[in-house]
Amino acid sequence: MGFPHPSHERETPVLSKYFGDPEARTLAGWRARGGYASFEKALGMDPVEIQNIVKDSGLRGRGGAGFPTGIKWSFMKPDGKTHYLCCNADESEPGTFKDREIMRWTPHALIEGVAIGAHAIYAETAYIYIRGEYSEPIRIMQAAVAEAYAAGILGANAMGTGKRVDVHIHRGAGAYICGEETALMNSLEGRRGNPRIKPPFPAVAGLFGQPTTINNVETLAAVPHILREGAEWYQQLGREDNPRSRGTKLFSVCGNIARPGNYEVTMGFPFGEFLNDMCGGALPGREIKAVIPGGSSVPILTREEAENTFMDYEGMVASGTMLGSGGVIVFDDRQDMVRQIARLARFYAHESCAQCSQCREGTAWTTRILERISAGQGNARDFDTLLSIADNMTGKTICVLSDSCATPVVSGLKKFRHEFEAKLGPDHSRGVVPVLLTSNRTVAA
Amino acid sequence: MSTATNDVKPEVKMVSVTIEGRTTSVPEGTTIIEAAKTVGVLIPHYCYHPGLPVAGVCRMCLVDVEKFPKLAPACATTVMEGQVVSVHSEKAREARKGVLEFLLINHPLDCPVCDQSGECELQDYTFQEGRAESRYEEPKRFNPVEDFGGDVLYVPNRCILCTRCVRFMGDVVEEPVLNVSERGDRAFIGKAEGHDLTDAWAGNVVDLCPVGALLSKDFLNKARAWELDRSASICTGCSQGCNVTVETRDNTVVRLKPRSNTAVNHFYLCEQGRLDYRWINRRDRLDQPKVRVDGEWRTVDWEDALDAAAAALAGKRVTVLASPNCSNETLFLAERMIARQGGSGVFRVMLGAEAPLRGVEDLSLRAERAANATGARLLGYADLAQGAPIVNANDVLLVLDDVLEGELPTALTGMMSSGAIVVHVGTTLPAVLEGRAQVALPTTNHTEEEGTFTNLRGRVQRFLQARTAPGLARPSWYVMSDLVERLGAGEGRYMASAVFDQLAATHASFAGLSYATLALRGLPVIDAAERDVLAPTVAV
Amino acid sequence: MTYGPSSGQLVRPPEHHHDEPYVPVFTGARRDELDTILSRYPTKMAALLPALWMVQDTYGWVSEPAVEEVASVLDLTPAYVKGVLSFYTMYHQHPVGKHFVQVCTTTPCNVCGAEDVVKAFLEHTGCGELGVTSPDNRFTVIEVECLGACGFATPVMINNEFIESVTPERVARIVAEHD
Repeated sequence: MGFPHPSHERETPVLSKYFGDPEARTLAGWRARGGYASFEKALGMDPVEIQNIVKDSGLRGRGGAGFPTGIKWSFMKPDGKTHYLCCNADESEPGTFKDREIMRWTPHALIEGVAIGAHAIYAETAYIYIRGEYSEPIRIMQAAVAEAYAAGILGANAMGTGKRVDVHIHRGAGAYICGEETALMNSLEGRRGNPRIKPPFPAVAGLFGQPTTINNVETLAAVPHILREGAEWYQQLGREDNPRSRGTKLFSVCGNIARPGNYEVTMGFPFGEFLNDMCGGALPGREIKAVIPGGSSVPILTREEAENTFMDYEGMVASGTMLGSGGVIVFDDRQDMVRQIARLARFYAHESCAQCSQCREGTAWTTRILERISAGQGNARDFDTLLSIADNMTGKTICVLSDSCATPVVSGLKKFRHEFEAKLGPDHSRGVVPVLLTSNRTVAA
Repeated sequence: MSTATNDVKPEVKMVSVTIEGRTTSVPEGTTIIEAAKTVGVLIPHYCYHPGLPVAGVCRMCLVDVEKFPKLAPACATTVMEGQVVSVHSEKAREARKGVLEFLLINHPLDCPVCDQSGECELQDYTFQEGRAESRYEEPKRFNPVEDFGGDVLYVPNRCILCTRCVRFMGDVVEEPVLNVSERGDRAFIGKAEGHDLTDAWAGNVVDLCPVGALLSKDFLNKARAWELDRSASICTGCSQGCNVTVETRDNTVVRLKPRSNTAVNHFYLCEQGRLDYRWINRRDRLDQPKVRVDGEWRTVDWEDALDAAAAALAGKRVTVLASPNCSNETLFLAERMIARQGGSGVFRVMLGAEAPLRGVEDLSLRAERAANATGARLLGYADLAQGAPIVNANDVLLVLDDVLEGELPTALTGMMSSGAIVVHVGTTLPAVLEGRAQVALPTTNHTEEEGTFTNLRGRVQRFLQARTAPGLARPSWYVMSDLVERLGAGEGRYMASAVFDQLAATHASFAGLSYATLALRGLPVIDAAERDVLAPTVAV
Repeated sequence: MTYGPSSGQLVRPPEHHHDEPYVPVFTGARRDELDTILSRYPTKMAALLPALWMVQDTYGWVSEPAVEEVASVLDLTPAYVKGVLSFYTMYHQHPVGKHFVQVCTTTPCNVCGAEDVVKAFLEHTGCGELGVTSPDNRFTVIEVECLGACGFATPVMINNEFIESVTPERVARIVAEHD
């Protein structure tokens, strides 16, 4: 188990305060650090009261879309129906590994957040859907849930209040798309992880057809802190000139960077200082060439663009990209951008659920062209074709996986076109298409 | 003919939308794709099918809706008041062009050897608005053809993963034996080993498939779609009365396809009905009128044959032994003869196991394996299974069509050995009548003539002629009409519609119906209870 | 990098231990475990992923008879179960080596040299090729898409064991530790 780096002085550790502290992982250790006090408090409050505190705090979804959490919760009305809370722990966006650390080091923080969330949306049952590859976080979370049940924190009589709060761990089995909320619900129901058409929205008909709220791990883990310290405390964390992004955010940093890892900073932290100071900048003798700031699905920034960006929802949009999940992927001057963009496209081709025509065929086609260019077999037509395919793949499908595949291609072709052009081979004419038929399935004898 | 009822139906809110410049009003909750149909606009689509739950995956039906930032799938978007929809805007057309290109990159483009060619929606839409040439320069995906069992063959290379077949087996047959396997562009339609498409209704996946991915083994390489002639007809496989299209090539029936009728079979046809058509083409037909002279069959012309039959029948009590696959018209004329000369009518119907289509109300392969037993009952014929009529040596036994096939029940053998004169009117001369009948009048089968059947729910439905008659065979109602006139039991009528009009005027159950009002979807007869209530009103 | 059968997909494995009769998974304690899982959901279908995990934990892969068993236990059809099974890349539809090695090669790890780690595994395990089981049936190596530990490049999963920060140099030792 890898240990996290020591906290940097300019970090604001709220969620990450106990990362690396094995004692915080146990129920006793968590209680000693003030754990479950917020849940106890929440159980004595009306759900609407909790919704309002979270609304006032300015907390927005940390999974990527950035929807205000309190408002999302307020869609859930006491209508007598069975409600569900799903915690999205299917962290699969390349470059992102923050939820993993939350679950590994502070499992009870998440359980507490989930339990409060369930109470706040009139749900008695919550499921934490953890991606299948997270064998270690799953083990830790399962042990923590068992502890919480044994201590009477969860169950039919949660903390002795007579209220029922059940929390179950559900293991995924290898599918990026299950991080999409409606695909996650399908997967939990025992179906293929296909995203659903909206409407109906989950708050109307979600898991098992019932009103459902889906929140990211980081979002829910922040809730106990907000209840304990108050909405105002959270509200004042962040850059002064942007009232819309508040609180702290965990950024996962990876790729060609001196000190990879998770960093928790207040919203709106200057990206240049973050990369060069906090994360130690490029590796010795290297220079940063490009940065993907919010997980692989957002547009690529050049180093110059990145250094002039604020790390919050609006700041990223101003620079032509998105905050996304906060997964920062750094590329240095050794990297071949064509090859890496091809590799990203291959990721999406592998993960496409196969429902929408554009995504199923487009991601694979894009990959094949990029890999051909990367192998020196590209021709001048390919750029137009790639951009045209990208256009046909954007904004036309049930979910945004297709768009996510197109995004790095479009931004890469725009910002690193010279690298693509340098790869072009001798233009081969149409008609000498290699006829190579490959079977991709194994058939029973 | 409708009556005022006291049932208060919940008020349906109507919504007004404008599609391609044409404004229409549809019930709230209607999807754009269905609303468009009401103004004659067909929005191109693949995965959408009115009989299946919406999947919204092919993304072909994306339309431009005013004030929407993105294109909307017409199959999954319900109309809103005042909405303005454009199907042929630049944006929507480009999106469809994109989808068509994506669907074709891995497609083998093997239309010249594909059975679907000519009735393929991929072909049609590509022709309408696809790219003229391919930009795809990479190797194509290849998967082997698979036998899905039953009558179904799967050609994965042509598959566009619309999932109609998966949804049909899962949500309509309620037996999910098909799935989408794997994901991304490796995905294909799969099934589990040892679990084939054996359900009585499974063959419908072939019709539902918009492309050439699911094919009928029976029809494989048999004909090109554009060589076929098509006629509206009714399946004679059972008493459900499924609407079908009879498809012929060079006057030979090569395929039966369901014809949609939401009041009867929706979009479906069972395997029994679908595959039981070869008898229609049989070559050993009775194709010339025959009369027995001195114990020997002699081929004669129609006038002599009809005279001989009329002479045999004249003044005698007549027992009609009818096939339940005779049309209402034929049965009616025979009934007129009974009414004039005395006697009775019976029919004999074969029985089999029921096989319901679970996801559709009141649709099943019915136990009675004939098209018109209900019509026969309404016209006063009795079921032979309820007891055989007494036939005297002095009577005439009028046999209508294929009622004497197979092993005969004792009731029938009794009738046959009564010594009565036998007149046969039918498509083939059964072996048992070879040495027994006096006159044999050749008639056409239901694909060679026009007429109506009444299904088990009392719905009267028309069938049209699909192929020409063999030899000198004549429509059975026409033959009966000639006989009836010769016996003075009524005026000869030489149009099926005229016979039906007479039937409607004579039998209260059929009152108010005509070929024009039946059209190609049929109408229900008035049931007995309703008729009694209605009678005084009609009189006024 | 060639695009063929993607990472996570296996080329046809060697046919072995096929003649043994299938022994059901959901009996005794495992049946009780499944019942506990079933009690957490309002539908039986929701227990499908957990049930498939139990099968794989027992046999190392999910065979055709196992599909039939899961289907009958959860009132589903085998085709339905197969459709779900084949969606999720962590389930094995064919037998694999005793140690199933998944090396992340998605972009963040790729830029840190993950492909060299793959090469090292292919060499040291004797597999030679991706998706092929080593002659001694000990190893199967595949490239996997993002394991979600990008800051600890290159992460490797061997069955349920998660190893972080693997370098080509560490591979020989890791292979030796797994017999």
